[in-house]
Amino acid sequence: MKRQHSQLVAFAGLWFAASLTIVILAIIIMYILAQGLPYVNLEFLTGRPLEQGREGGIFPTILGTLALGAVSLVLAVPLGVGAAVFLTEYTRPSPLTTIMRFGTDSLAGVPSIIFGLFGFIFFVTRLHMSWSLLAGGLTLALMVLPTIIRTTEEAIRAVPVAYREVSYGLGASRWQMVRTVVLPNALPGIITGIILSFGRAVGETAAVIFTAGTALNIPTSILSPTRTMAVHFYILAVEGISLQKAYATGAVLIISILAINVLANALITRSVSRAVRR
Amino acid sequence: MKERLISFLLFLCALVSIASLAIITFFIFQAGLPLIFRVGLGNFLESSLWNPSGDPQSFGIAAMILGSIWVTLGAIVVGVPLGLAVAIFSAEIAPPRLAMLIRPVIQLLAGIPSVIYGFIGLTILAPAIRATFGGPGLSVLTAALILGIMILPSIISISEDALRAVPSAYRDGSLAVGATRWQTIWRVLVPAARSGIVASVILGMGRALGETMAVIMMLGNALQVPRSPLDSATTLTSNIGLELAYASGAHRDALFATGVVLFVLIMILNILANIFTGRVTFWQRLSAFRPAVFNGRAAWRRRNT
Repeated sequence: MKRQHSQLVAFAGLWFAASLTIVILAIIIMYILAQGLPYVNLEFLTGRPLEQGREGGIFPTILGTLALGAVSLVLAVPLGVGAAVFLTEYTRPSPLTTIMRFGTDSLAGVPSIIFGLFGFIFFVTRLHMSWSLLAGGLTLALMVLPTIIRTTEEAIRAVPVAYREVSYGLGASRWQMVRTVVLPNALPGIITGIILSFGRAVGETAAVIFTAGTALNIPTSILSPTRTMAVHFYILAVEGISLQKAYATGAVLIISILAINVLANALITRSVSRAVRR
Repeated sequence: MKERLISFLLFLCALVSIASLAIITFFIFQAGLPLIFRVGLGNFLESSLWNPSGDPQSFGIAAMILGSIWVTLGAIVVGVPLGLAVAIFSAEIAPPRLAMLIRPVIQLLAGIPSVIYGFIGLTILAPAIRATFGGPGLSVLTAALILGIMILPSIISISEDALRAVPSAYRDGSLAVGATRWQTIWRVLVPAARSGIVASVILGMGRALGETMAVIMMLGNALQVPRSPLDSATTLTSNIGLELAYASGAHRDALFATGVVLFVLIMILNILANIFTGRVTFWQRLSAFRPAVFNGRAAWRRRNT
C-alpha cells in the first residue's frame, strides 16, 4: 500500500497549497483593511490633502483615478471592440490577422514600466502633452487594449452562429447583423472586459506616475496633471510621509478592487447562466 | 459604400495594437540605442559601475541585471511549486464548490495593485526577515517571496487550462490499468500538459522581471551585486522607476538604454511562451501558412497529442 500512502501525502500537499493561497489573499486583504479602515471616514474621502498628504483626505486622487480610468476607456473601448469585431466577423485567418494577434499578445506582455518610458518620451515629451490626464490616459489605453480585445473576442465567439444566419436570412447587411445581433448578445462579456480594464487603471502605478504626474490638485482639464490613488499610496509609503494615511488609502484601493471584481464576476455569472438556459 | 467604410474603420482598429507595439519599440530604441553604441554594448552590460552623475560618468548595468536575475529566479522558485500545486488541485482533485472558490481568489490576487504587494513586503515581511535572519530586511529574499505570490495568477490559470485540456482518455486509461489518482496526475497528466506549464512559468518570469513599483518598495535599492538572498539589490526596472523622475541628458538616455535591454528580454520570453502554449508563433504561421491549422489551440493540440 505504498502507492496509496504517497497519494495521501501528495494530496495533503495539494490541499495545503490551495489553502495557503487562499490564506495569503485573506491576510493581504484583512491586514490592509484592519490597519486602514479605522482612518477612513467621510472627511478622508471628500477632503483635500494637506502637507503632501500627511493630513487631510484623498479626494483629488479619487477624482484623478476616475478621470484617468475614464479617459483611457473612452480611447481603448471603441478601438478594442472594433479590433475584436474585425478579427472575428470581418476576416478569415490570414498572415495579416496573425500579425495583428501577435501585436495584441505581445502588447499584453509588455511590462508597465516600458509603457511608462514610452508614454514619457512620446506623449509627455515628444507630443508636448506634459504630465497630464491625456498623456496618462493614452498610455493606459494602450495597456488595457489587449484585455478589451480578448474579452470582446471571446464574448463575440460565444454568440451562436444560428443568430447570425437568421439575421443574414432576413436580409441584414454584415454591419447591421453585427450591430443588432452580435454586439447586443456579446454585451455582458464586453462590459466585463471594460470593468477589468478599469481595475487595471485603478491599480497601475509605474506607467501612470511618469505620464500623468504626481500633482495633488483636482484635475480641471484633460491637460491637467493628476495623481491617482495608487500613486498617492506609493508616494505616502515610500517617502514615509504618513503610514497611517498610506494604510487608509490602501484600504480604499483594496475596497475599489474588491468591488470591481465582484461586479465583473456577477456579470460573468449572469451571462454564463443565460447561455446555459439557452 | 457605408459597409465598406465601416469595414475599413474596423480594419484600422485591428491594426492599432501592432502599430502601438511598433511605435513603442521604435521610441524606446531611438531613445536608448545611441547611448548603448557610445558606451559599447559589452561595457554597458558587463560593467557594474553605475555613476550617471559623476565625472567621468559611467553606465554599467551588470549589478541591475544580476539583481533582476536573482529576484526573478527567486520568484520562480517560490511561485512555480505553489502555483502548479494549486493548478493541479483545482483542475483535478478539488470538490466542485471549492474549485469555484479558487477562481475568484486567483482573479483577486491578479487584481490587487502591485503597490499593495510591495507595501506588504515592506511592512510585514521585511521586518520579519530582519528579525529572523538578520541583514537589512529589504532583500532579495523578501522580493522573491512577494513576487512569487504576484506571479501565482499567471502560473495557476495557464497551467490549469493546460491540465484541463488533456484528453480524458489519458486519465481513464491510466486509472484503468491500476494507477492511483496521484500516479495518474503526476506521471500522465502533468507530462501531457507540460508545454502549457512551461509557458506559464515563462510568463511568470516575464511578470517578475517586469515588476517595478513593488520591487522598489521591497528590495532596498542598493546599487550592489547581491552576494546572498539577504542582501539588498537593485533591478533593471527598479532603477528606471527610481531615477526617471529626475534624470536628464545622458543619464536619461541610459535609463532608456536599460529599458531597451529589459524590452528585449521580455520579448524573448513572450515569444518563447507563445511557442510553448501552442499559440503557434507569428513566424511559424507565416512561413507555413495553411488555413486548416487555424482552428486555434484545439487543432494544434489534436495534431500534437
